[in-house]
Amino acid sequence: MTISRQDVEHVARLARLALSESETARMREQLDGILAYIDTLRALDTAGVEPTSHAVPQVNVMRDDEQRPCLSQEAALANAPDRSDVFFRVPRIIED
Amino acid sequence: MADTPRTIHELSAAFTKGAASPVAVAEAYLARIGALDERVGAFLTVTRDAALAAARASEARYRAGAPLSPIDGAPIALKDVFCTAGVRTTCGSKILEHFVPPYDATMVDRLRRAGAVILGKTNMDEFAMGSSTEHSGFQLTRNPWDLTRVPGGSSGGSAAAVAGGLAAGSFGTDTGGSVRQPAAFCGIVGFKPTYGRISRYGLIAFASSLDHVAPFALDIVDAALLLGVTAGHDPLDATSVAAPVPDYVARLAGGVSGLRIGVPDEYFGTGLDPEVERSVRAAIDVLRDLGATVERVSLPSTEYGVATYYIVAPAEASSNLARYDGVKYGLRVPGGRDLIDMVSRTRAAGFGAEVKRRIMLGTYALSTGYYDAYYGQAQKVRTLVRREFEAAFARVDLLAAPTTPGVAFKHGEKADPLAMYMNDVYTIPASMTGLPAVSVPCGFSASGLPIGLQLIGRALDEPTLLRAAHAYEQATPWRGRVPELA
Repeated sequence: MTISRQDVEHVARLARLALSESETARMREQLDGILAYIDTLRALDTAGVEPTSHAVPQVNVMRDDEQRPCLSQEAALANAPDRSDVFFRVPRIIED
Repeated sequence: MADTPRTIHELSAAFTKGAASPVAVAEAYLARIGALDERVGAFLTVTRDAALAAARASEARYRAGAPLSPIDGAPIALKDVFCTAGVRTTCGSKILEHFVPPYDATMVDRLRRAGAVILGKTNMDEFAMGSSTEHSGFQLTRNPWDLTRVPGGSSGGSAAAVAGGLAAGSFGTDTGGSVRQPAAFCGIVGFKPTYGRISRYGLIAFASSLDHVAPFALDIVDAALLLGVTAGHDPLDATSVAAPVPDYVARLAGGVSGLRIGVPDEYFGTGLDPEVERSVRAAIDVLRDLGATVERVSLPSTEYGVATYYIVAPAEASSNLARYDGVKYGLRVPGGRDLIDMVSRTRAAGFGAEVKRRIMLGTYALSTGYYDAYYGQAQKVRTLVRREFEAAFARVDLLAAPTTPGVAFKHGEKADPLAMYMNDVYTIPASMTGLPAVSVPCGFSASGLPIGLQLIGRALDEPTLLRAAHAYEQATPWRGRVPELA
């Protein structure tokens, strides 16, 4: 296999996915199959070819830096799984 | 509903004459959803009260002789990927099961301003990742032509709703074929306009450089109407196209005489079901008989399309889906050791297997040491695909091809992820190049399953694309064929 168990665990950490043991094993097998297929691309000669990042040419869109109406604090917090006053509440990230 | 008009243009003509009432039509659709959707599984949420209120307002406008648009009063269904103010929007995912957006997507807002009667939100593959709607976090959707088969995906609920007579028209999103493929499987029109033609604002993002808003319709006139009321520049979407919006319906007439149509060799290779090939080739003969010139063209990079797409789309998805962290909205799994642990457990519990696979694939393709080999290379191949289309369109006005390699498959038939991905082989290239493309019904298999003809046009040349599709539709008996559901 081109992708190791350690690779899968590393990528899962980067992607913030707590995969179970069996999920990790299945993921390794499936990613290996998909990557083997995708690897056909690597044989293609693309020397000197410019990359395309968008379907149509894009340029930055600017507007004047002026205040506009936006969501109220209450509307922005309405879907929060946990909140305290006007804040999103999360598990402790700083030690005492 | 046998004697009730089914298309939006027929409904609107009947409303104008007073021969039909928007309220009665909305009630009839809601009743049909109530009676049949248990079997079809098209809808995740039915917005009955809001639909009836919108229908009453529409009725008053017709009485006053002042409808808002040619789709005023039309019963429309929306894929659950579009944010609807105050109406739960799940994107087919458990992670957004209880999410209620505080605003409307631009296209939803435009539909409301055009007087559309929104019936509800439809089932989809989770985060639009899939080709069968089997990856929904909630329910199975069945193809109205054969309930043992998939409707296609990812916009399977919206396709099944129109094919099953549960909505007069609907919207989905097409990132690699997610509107054209289910349209082909369900025997209706699926129309992906040029990238940026309809605003993506308020559409829950999957792969931003590939996501297109796209309508499903019973015929080309309706597809043109639905594009007309939703297209146009939107300052809230930086990738929205500023070009003026033509009157698409007015430009449907004129036929295909003098048009040059290219038939790409690579779209008729191994893996294409012979029944699909026969129907599509017969459709191309019809276009020739109607006066088009038909010639062979070559798009050699077609075979690399699926591999390129399955790098670019997961890479963009891995970034777009980083926002689901159990903090601002959506599911949270409590009890984590710390913030990262909470986020990782929440995402593991909230995302389904296919979404996790794509996030992993995309994260891998973007990670240190692999970026150039995968993502960088895919972007270059995307350039090759684009150049080949440019070369083809220097010679021809349109391309004609199958929409899918086969007809609708059975539930559970494509359990292998790669087998599922191969379903997108003919639809991915127009997604990667942003070119407008439409799937039009062009016949049935011996087993009675619909087949789709795909036409691809030049960027922003929707008028020519729709004109050819309209000419084909008018010359053949497939338009408006509906399955026996009731």
